[in-house]
Amino acid sequence: MKNEILKLIETNSKLSSAEVAAILGYSEEDVIVAIAEMEADKVIAGYNTIVNWDKLDDESVHALIEVKVTPQRVTGFDKIAHRICMFDEVDSVYLLSGDYDFVVQINGSSMKEISHFVFDKLSALDDILSTSTHFVLKKYKDHHVSLEDNKSQRKNVVL
Amino acid sequence: MRDFTSDKIKTVKPSGIRKFFDIANTIEDCISLGVGEPDFDTPWHIAYVGIEAIQDGKTFYTSNQGLQELREEIVKWNKRKYDIDYLPEETLVTIGGSEAIDIALRACINPGDEVIILEPNYVCYEPDAIMAGANVKTIKLKNENEFKLTPEELKDVITDKSKILIMNYPNNPTGGIMTKEDLEKIVPIIIENDLLVITDEIYSELTYDWKHCSIASLPGMKERTITVSGFSKTYAMTGWRLGYAMAPLQIMEQMKKIHQYTIMAAPTPSQYAGIEALQNGDKDINIMREEYNRRRRYLLSEFNRLGLPCFEPRGAFYTFPYIGKYGMSSEEFATKLLEQEHVVVVPGTAFGESGEGFVRISYAYSLESLKEAISRIEKFLNTL
Repeated sequence: MKNEILKLIETNSKLSSAEVAAILGYSEEDVIVAIAEMEADKVIAGYNTIVNWDKLDDESVHALIEVKVTPQRVTGFDKIAHRICMFDEVDSVYLLSGDYDFVVQINGSSMKEISHFVFDKLSALDDILSTSTHFVLKKYKDHHVSLEDNKSQRKNVVL
Repeated sequence: MRDFTSDKIKTVKPSGIRKFFDIANTIEDCISLGVGEPDFDTPWHIAYVGIEAIQDGKTFYTSNQGLQELREEIVKWNKRKYDIDYLPEETLVTIGGSEAIDIALRACINPGDEVIILEPNYVCYEPDAIMAGANVKTIKLKNENEFKLTPEELKDVITDKSKILIMNYPNNPTGGIMTKEDLEKIVPIIIENDLLVITDEIYSELTYDWKHCSIASLPGMKERTITVSGFSKTYAMTGWRLGYAMAPLQIMEQMKKIHQYTIMAAPTPSQYAGIEALQNGDKDINIMREEYNRRRRYLLSEFNRLGLPCFEPRGAFYTFPYIGKYGMSSEEFATKLLEQEHVVVVPGTAFGESGEGFVRISYAYSLESLKEAISRIEKFLNTL
């Protein structure tokens, strides 16, 4: 049941508990309890809005930064990751397999601000070996949502 | 100058609600629950095989009957899903289910033969039967039976001219189904009266909390059943125009001739895409079915809250609520709802007289749109 709820609200976060219950065929009480439990357990870690900033005259810049580090004894990657997470500019931090260790997503108000962050804050941390910054030129899809204005080709009425 | 047109075709009625659709298409913020096709895109791995077929120069006619490999896959798929036993030679790849119904009727009708049609029904059966030269007998199915065909209803309409019974479960427009037990009750009457069944099972994979039963899988039925199906609804492939008919060899021989002289062959890239769909499309069906089921449960629960009576439809992607209590015809109801709240539903009468008092509401639409539509319908009902 919890899985079904998560799958549904992952892409439909504005549904009320009553609607979730109706859609999945459970009682509203059960749904309320399940969601409360998952919020308490941080299985549901938060509710955000997907904003297409490109639609506005917004000059903010989004970048993905590949980061290579020297893992520490005992704490491994976790301690470094926590340190990176503490910067307000940082949107997300993932540990990856492959050529580099972390990918850090960051939102800044300008390219200058992001450069400043990389040079003065991120690279200055101990254990950071190298970084590689990729600026996002255009977003096409985010969290299952297409950010393009493609109108359905389907006609209004088809018998 | 003479009237060059055919007297027979003139007796075929044009769709009575064309005007209504035309209005709908001019309204900007219109929310349509009128659609009869999936809102999903064709799964990419299937579409890609079609694209590759074009790139690889597979753009010539196939054999009239369709690619051998596709027909073998169709046979395997139907055996696996519904335990029906047609052979590749008994399978014909068509331009959607519609062509299959047309040629099935034309291959079997002699002038004066009676075709039994269940109302309310998808719009093509009666015109196709008339164009094939049949006399049409209609059974008006009942809401209280969840629009299933009962043995009594069938017996009542049979005469010595009766030849073909056309069935369509899961049903458009009602969403009704017939279970194995329901079918077993009518099979003895079909056999006793030596009828042929044309069964349009285009929605067979879209059933909820229940598994479709194909009438051809019941003892004694395969030899008197033409099973029609296709890729449009199952794999969201309406525009690919790909369907099929499976029929006993003797009937298939006649159907093939009509197909050969009118269609030649179904589109070649579509046929290759069809093979991919049958081989690797099960997970796509499951994803789409689960999404339809969510919407179905949502709509039923909202109808219940709004006091709109509706039996639980367990197939296709339609609901068929009763709106008779508002003292309007189906068409008036649909027109007013369109004018006042810009929501399109299809009047039940589009599917035959016995659809009076009902509207067809499709859930081949996103939850978000359904929510908006329901809030508009609620506003509308409050003005009545």
